[in-house]
Amino acid sequence: MIEVDIQLARPGFSLSAHFTAPGAGVTALFGRSGAGKTTIIQAVAGVVRPDRGRIVVDGATYFDSAGGIDVPIERRRAGYVFQDARLFPHMSVERNLRYGQRRARGMDAGIGFEAVVDLLGLGHLLRRRPHTLSGGEKQRVAIGRALLAQPRLLLMDEPLAALDAARKAEILPYLERLRDEMRLPILYVSHSIEEVLRLSDRVVALKDGRQIAEGEVAEVMSRADILPVIGRFDLGTVLDCTVARHDEDYALSTLAFPGGELRVPRVEMRLGGAVRARVRARDVAIALAKPVDVSVSNLLPAVVEAITPGEGPYADVALVAGASRLAASVTRESVERLGLTPGLAVWAMIKSVAVDSRSPDFTTPPGPTF
Amino acid sequence: MLTPEEWTAVYLSLKVAFWATFWSLPFALATAFVLARLDFPGKSLFDGIVYLPLVLPKVVVGYLLLITLGARGYLGQYLAEWFNIRLIFTTAGAIVAAAVISFPLTVNAIRLALEAVDRGLETAARTLGANRLDVFLTITLPLMLPGILSGALLAVASALGEFGATITFVSNVEGQTRTIPLAIYSATHMPDGDAMALRLTVVSIVLALASLLLAGLADRRIRTLIGRA
Repeated sequence: MIEVDIQLARPGFSLSAHFTAPGAGVTALFGRSGAGKTTIIQAVAGVVRPDRGRIVVDGATYFDSAGGIDVPIERRRAGYVFQDARLFPHMSVERNLRYGQRRARGMDAGIGFEAVVDLLGLGHLLRRRPHTLSGGEKQRVAIGRALLAQPRLLLMDEPLAALDAARKAEILPYLERLRDEMRLPILYVSHSIEEVLRLSDRVVALKDGRQIAEGEVAEVMSRADILPVIGRFDLGTVLDCTVARHDEDYALSTLAFPGGELRVPRVEMRLGGAVRARVRARDVAIALAKPVDVSVSNLLPAVVEAITPGEGPYADVALVAGASRLAASVTRESVERLGLTPGLAVWAMIKSVAVDSRSPDFTTPPGPTF
Repeated sequence: MLTPEEWTAVYLSLKVAFWATFWSLPFALATAFVLARLDFPGKSLFDGIVYLPLVLPKVVVGYLLLITLGARGYLGQYLAEWFNIRLIFTTAGAIVAAAVISFPLTVNAIRLALEAVDRGLETAARTLGANRLDVFLTITLPLMLPGILSGALLAVASALGEFGATITFVSNVEGQTRTIPLAIYSATHMPDGDAMALRLTVVSIVLALASLLLAGLADRRIRTLIGRA
């Protein structure tokens, strides 16, 4: 369990964060650049010293301004994976990996050298020098190096941000494996919705140094008040779904969620696998009667729960479909024309669904095969 | 090829250059660290004093050494009285003069190398459980090696060429303080010294070229070792 409750003020920037993260699994720190995400994990690592507050990891107090406690970086056992990998250029990959391991001798060895090399596929790289590695390989070595220092938690600062799409796809399966096979809490800094949906269990949303929301990923990412964090374009609903059927003829899959089903392009995952479906509010249209003769295949009966006039021409309409909420963004003019009021039964027309796989149970993984 | 007297000058030059570098290197390293990494009131003044021997006339530096470390100097009298150390007219004094003159060059080379070391790597090492000293020995120092090498080389080169401070401080004593430049100076004052001056000039050129080649070789080797190739 990680408890963070810190305040910090610097010229032109202030940060206030208060959240807890469970003892295992990925908690994403999500926000745009300048939101204070990196500052938070720097404070946890001891690189940045908050003005006030407390940081407790696994019962060990790292920082407590009231108690005058500020444990030095090297005694926190906080594994830090930097955006730029920061491998030691004068050492081989193997010596990089062993750097933290040698200094963690005598501590409870949670994970051994062979296991890390195996987990991250580093066997063929051990004798290489960092400058001969690709960006993705560097990040994998950096992750392995942090793991071998026997950390209490792992701090990851946008480990994919410096990589191109192909390298990201190569490394994501490793991160999923790490998440699923290690009993280790991970704080994961990211500005990418896709990464957050794919990797994390919980999320802390930040904007300009302020914490906007904290909680389960699907719940937080579906909230209307994180608009300032993700922007109107991406605002919407995240639904935790399972793969119900594959339709090979049309290359479609059916996803089930508490509130109905969604037809989406073929998802490469076994039946029953967990996926997160993201429906942008702007991709949800509202009809009063069940539409016929439309190309949209996802039509859900729903009930209007609330209507909030937003900025400019738009209004946010909260719908309830079965046991799930669904956000829709329509013009205020449409609200008036259709006479939408809370309690009205309508049809939600979902024009587009983005699917982010949750578990590594791909039938055809995009990266290395395990 | 060379006369015994010339061999003495060559041998003495190498000895002075080696020991001057050897003794000034740790101090230069510490000074470079202070200048590159620490901030304190009066730092600009300290900075100025460190680089002073570089801009002062060498004769002035030699004279300052004479009045502080000379037999009746402010510190020199105690050196003689308590430790029986005499610097005037001795090789030890020539080494001190060469070390003082080359010090700013060495500090500057090491300082530039230290400033080029990525602090992010040091932070990374600390998150992996290394304390500050450990980080310095295993990360900072190895990455500074090319800078330390070039600093040491500058020190050797400047010590080999030192003239003004040496002749002012410890005079021109054969076998004690008469290094190659002083020997050339003496030779030009002798009626038949031209040949000797010429031979020592050739030796100087050979030594300078050899050290440059050696430095280039070592630099490439180190850069490969620390992954900066």
